[in-house]
Amino acid sequence: MSTTAQPRTRSHTQTQPFLTLSWLHLRYQFLETVRIPIAVLGNVLFPSLSMFFFVVPQTTVAGNPLFATTAVAGLALFAVCSASLFTYGLGVAEDRQLPFYPFLRSLPTGPGPQMVARVLNGGIFSLFGVLPLILIGWLFTAASVTPGQLLAGIGTILVASVPFVLLGMAIGYALSAKAALPVVQIILFPLAFAGGLFLPPQMFPGWLDAISQATPTRAGRDLLVQATTGAEAYALALPVLAGWTLLFVVLAIVAYRNDEGRRFR
Amino acid sequence: MSAVEVRGVTRRFGDVVALDDVSLEVGHGELVGMLGPNGAGKSTLLSLVSGQRRPDAGVVRLDGRDPRDASARTVLGLTPQETGLPATLRVREVVDFVAGHYPDPVPTDELLEQFGLADLGRRQTGSLSGGQKRRLAVAMSLVGRPSVVLLDEPTTGLDVSGRTALWDAIRDYHANGGTVLLTSHYLEEVQELAERVVVIDQGKLLADDSLETVLSRVGVRRVQLTDASGTRQEHLVPDSDAFVRDLVASGVEFRDLEIRGASLEEAFGQLVNHETPEGAVR
Repeated sequence: MSTTAQPRTRSHTQTQPFLTLSWLHLRYQFLETVRIPIAVLGNVLFPSLSMFFFVVPQTTVAGNPLFATTAVAGLALFAVCSASLFTYGLGVAEDRQLPFYPFLRSLPTGPGPQMVARVLNGGIFSLFGVLPLILIGWLFTAASVTPGQLLAGIGTILVASVPFVLLGMAIGYALSAKAALPVVQIILFPLAFAGGLFLPPQMFPGWLDAISQATPTRAGRDLLVQATTGAEAYALALPVLAGWTLLFVVLAIVAYRNDEGRRFR
Repeated sequence: MSAVEVRGVTRRFGDVVALDDVSLEVGHGELVGMLGPNGAGKSTLLSLVSGQRRPDAGVVRLDGRDPRDASARTVLGLTPQETGLPATLRVREVVDFVAGHYPDPVPTDELLEQFGLADLGRRQTGSLSGGQKRRLAVAMSLVGRPSVVLLDEPTTGLDVSGRTALWDAIRDYHANGGTVLLTSHYLEEVQELAERVVVIDQGKLLADDSLETVLSRVGVRRVQLTDASGTRQEHLVPDSDAFVRDLVASGVEFRDLEIRGASLEEAFGQLVNHETPEGAVR
């Protein structure tokens, strides 16, 4: 062997720039996710199948442009919540049990770039779930959006996914994979239902609607519906979403800090 | 300022005391071997030095700084556990990923060339043989041109030629001024590479000295002989002279008497057993 890998005599430097490290971790995480096709397929298939089972056959919904677009928006947000909570809640919890994880934590980088990459990667795979929904909505229902509304919708859904990615990470860093799975399920379905992702919240009684408006799912849904159909979201939607995002940022950071990794040996 | 400084460090996991008031200083350019049975606290110590964990008490410094601070770790390299490589990623992708964290990394091609992995750059790490994984792991620890390297069992599971090649790489790195702290199951490895040996068991530092001193302090001799029935016997004794005198005086028949100093392995077994009669020595 030749003598290539030699110690640098120079002493301490700063870590690499935040953006460089974030890009590095995004590439790494994207490759890792995409190399297991079944994980990607699951994200793509579930919302699309729901669309075919629950929306397309109901002509009153599928035939009405406003209802159909709203239904696509609801399921799209559900796809995003589910992808974020599962990929990050369960994904992070599983990663922490891998022997490679302590190595990652010893590289010269703080938690920031890894978290940014997680969020962006979550956005990318959420889009993979949302794109077929848009296609189905366009081909099989009366759902319609202008190009501007479509772009606004995609932008909104990316923003709306951030708190769920962060919540997933908080769960993933706080719990073991075995505990994370039921916790994600317990959180996801009530949140999705209360947020009006399955049934339109107009059908809710007053007390449920009041609770609903405090959930991040409802706030995200209404903002998304506003972006794609023009139907005004309630006034507190944006503050509610921002508030949950802030809370989940704190939870995710606290969970990461407390996580000392699994005990090996 | 030392390359690695551990002062009065205690670390518990629940009721288990993994490290009990351990102090260790590794100077720049030293090559220190760390020995101890499984569960002795070696990996815990490495995880503290690499900033993965916080000590419950005491101080850990890497080149004078807290290793929990990410920028302090720009001088650090370490091996992932062999089983821990991300299986679906290609060799080149993993190396590029690690290299990207450092200001002045070794170019990936050169590194792969040095570790005999040049033809494997496009292979997924999951498809590598054990020896190839080990080489990749050590390559990953050196890609950032670190001044301190932590090697956790660097050659476990390698054949003789693979081990020798990696030893050369480690010696080479050390000869150029690099600081190495390595753990090993192979006492032969520590004997071969290290100038200084640290023995750790049940969270305590049992010995910290030069290789020769550790060997001599234990002071055992290995006496081999063939008895009258033709069976080869081996005795580890503190005083071989007295042993031989007794042997001769007893009038027992024997031949092919051989006496030599104990190897590090034997010394280590003696040392650990000494403190912990039921000690699980490997």
